[in-house]
Amino acid sequence: MAETKRLTMVEALNLALFEEMERDKNVLVLGEDVGVDGGVFRVTKGLVEKYGEERVVDTPLAEEGIMGAAVGLALYGKRPVCEIQFSGFIFEGYEQLESHARRLRLRTHGALECPMVLRAPCAGGIRALEHHNESAEMIYGHMPGLVVVMPSGPRNARGLLKAAIRSNDPVVFLEPKSVYRSIREDVPLHDDVYPLGKAAVLREGSQFTVVTYGAQVKLVKEVMKKGIEEQGWDPEIIDLQTIMPFDYETVVQSVQKTGRCLIVHEAPRSGGLGAEIVARLIEFSFLYLEAPIERVTGWDTPFPFYAREDTYLPDAQRITSAVHNILSY
Amino acid sequence: MPRGKIELGSVETLSILDCKGTVDEGLMPLLDNKTLLKAYRLMLLGRRLDEQAMRYQRQGRIGTFAPNIGQEAAQVGAGLAMKKEDWFAPSFRELGVWLARGMTIKNYFLGWMGIEDGNSGLKGTANVPVAVPVATQCTYAAGIAWGIKLDKKKAACVVFFGDGATSEGSFHEGINFCGAMNLPAVYFCQNNQWAISTPRKKQTKSETIAQKAIAYGIHGIQVDGNDFFSVYVASIEALKRAYEGKGPTLVEAITYRRSVHTTADDPRVYRSEKEEKEWDEKDPIHRMRSYLEKKKILTKEDNEKLEAVIAAEIKAGYVEAEAYRNSNIDPLSYFDYIYKEIPPYLKWQKEIARHHLKGRNVIKGATEPVKGTGGAAAVGQLEEAED
Repeated sequence: MAETKRLTMVEALNLALFEEMERDKNVLVLGEDVGVDGGVFRVTKGLVEKYGEERVVDTPLAEEGIMGAAVGLALYGKRPVCEIQFSGFIFEGYEQLESHARRLRLRTHGALECPMVLRAPCAGGIRALEHHNESAEMIYGHMPGLVVVMPSGPRNARGLLKAAIRSNDPVVFLEPKSVYRSIREDVPLHDDVYPLGKAAVLREGSQFTVVTYGAQVKLVKEVMKKGIEEQGWDPEIIDLQTIMPFDYETVVQSVQKTGRCLIVHEAPRSGGLGAEIVARLIEFSFLYLEAPIERVTGWDTPFPFYAREDTYLPDAQRITSAVHNILSY
Repeated sequence: MPRGKIELGSVETLSILDCKGTVDEGLMPLLDNKTLLKAYRLMLLGRRLDEQAMRYQRQGRIGTFAPNIGQEAAQVGAGLAMKKEDWFAPSFRELGVWLARGMTIKNYFLGWMGIEDGNSGLKGTANVPVAVPVATQCTYAAGIAWGIKLDKKKAACVVFFGDGATSEGSFHEGINFCGAMNLPAVYFCQNNQWAISTPRKKQTKSETIAQKAIAYGIHGIQVDGNDFFSVYVASIEALKRAYEGKGPTLVEAITYRRSVHTTADDPRVYRSEKEEKEWDEKDPIHRMRSYLEKKKILTKEDNEKLEAVIAAEIKAGYVEAEAYRNSNIDPLSYFDYIYKEIPPYLKWQKEIARHHLKGRNVIKGATEPVKGTGGAAAVGQLEEAED
């Protein structure tokens, strides 16, 4: 048995940063309050003490400055990992992703690349203030050239962040903060790198496929566990891990086997990743489908203030009802 | 706390070469004749290249084009002050800097022909490609300067932008970042008085662009941007300050966009001929030539010969670019430069695209020939005219 340590997602991300900074001296961390404060969620805790203020940098309060500096550092040859304190503030620096990070390879016919990572806590469920709950992954997902990643637990958070830092593409790494401290997992201590663009099949099953990612993985697993025990369900559960470019082949193979599919995500429904998954299933698995594909998602509204957030987020009731729909069709 | 005053310092100004070709000898940089002739040659090459490119655009040989006419001293002055190791973060109106840093005419035309391939030579250089969204290069320049500082290199990042860019948040965030972190950067503003149709005075209530340096706690200088020597000296000093760890400098080069914003623009709509005329005698090439002739570094015959050599060079560069465009290049190469490795779905899309292209030549030349100015504004007119 490989040696493991029981960690939360915050601790696992922190471990990944320590490991990657140790492995490659070109890796540096920048952002607001990432130094002595260790980041508002403590993901960068202890880094400045070990690697100093040259490599762990409290920047001016300027999201475009931070993201632009990351683009410049990457162009220069460094491996910047910048933190935007909440994903709702990425928009202040959005320009640098859209106009430069994702285009530099194409603009230079492959001569230059932009190996930066943008980390930001995302999504809702922790009773936070406005602008602290967004699931805007498909805004970046619709910007070819960016890799968009969302881990679901401590182990894949560490493995995916390590892969993101080593990637030569710009990676938007979105961390569902409701999972930051709500799950502990055994994280192997060897160099456990998860490939980007690859989904994980969390449970094999024959009756229907559930495709999800991020914070919803935890919820889906709980609902499925109950369904398996109480109703005899046999679901196949897929955690996409990478939002774009996503592993549609794993989804297509699974649905060709089960014929039924449910997609769960927190982001708004229209134009969400679920819509693209439906389209690809139509493209590649049309004749295998036994029932209309169901989606349980956030609504096509901005995220409400927190007293009403439970009405916005997918929940056990909505997921269970959707499973009944695809099974009874 | 009683009422008081905080003294905030001042900005320098610098002017060496006047409109008649006479210099203030006490301020002159030490440059040998070879370097002076190189500077003049690059300025003239830039001017003629722009003029030829304007003709090519009208003939439909290249697409929408942004000339640099009138700004040659600002660009070549800064470009020649920079060392190869200094990083160059351009906007889209820095032809003189590119030429000083060795860009080929072929690659210049390829860019304006809508072909990325000319940029593939940037690998391993300290040059980054053109940035079109105004001022956005000002933020990543901070990251480049930061990298230089981390590696303790004796170099700086020089970032170029216009007067309009100083109204953008990106400019502020970038230059403030460099100030706060004391990074080796030079913020070089080509204040050419016009952001398309919007004059400099509508951009800011500040009397100068250079004075913004005071707010960032960095050094600021305003120079005569149509005087090669002032620009060169100010750039050398700014670079030296950066190399010595003294932080960034904001250089404001006062110049004038003597031509159109791009070939899709018509300045007659928004500015007077009288104003344009006022800048005739301040023309940077005319001033440099007067100086060189006065000092007998350049004769009229030399100049004629140089004109002929440059004309041939430009033509040859264009022919090379056109030959490259017509050399059966892969029309779908861009699929390969989105990610380090092409993802399966994108590969699938590329195959579909390839299938539909079979037997067709789809590499596009620029446009149909157009007459006169107009560009974007003229599209509707042309359609109307055809009715």
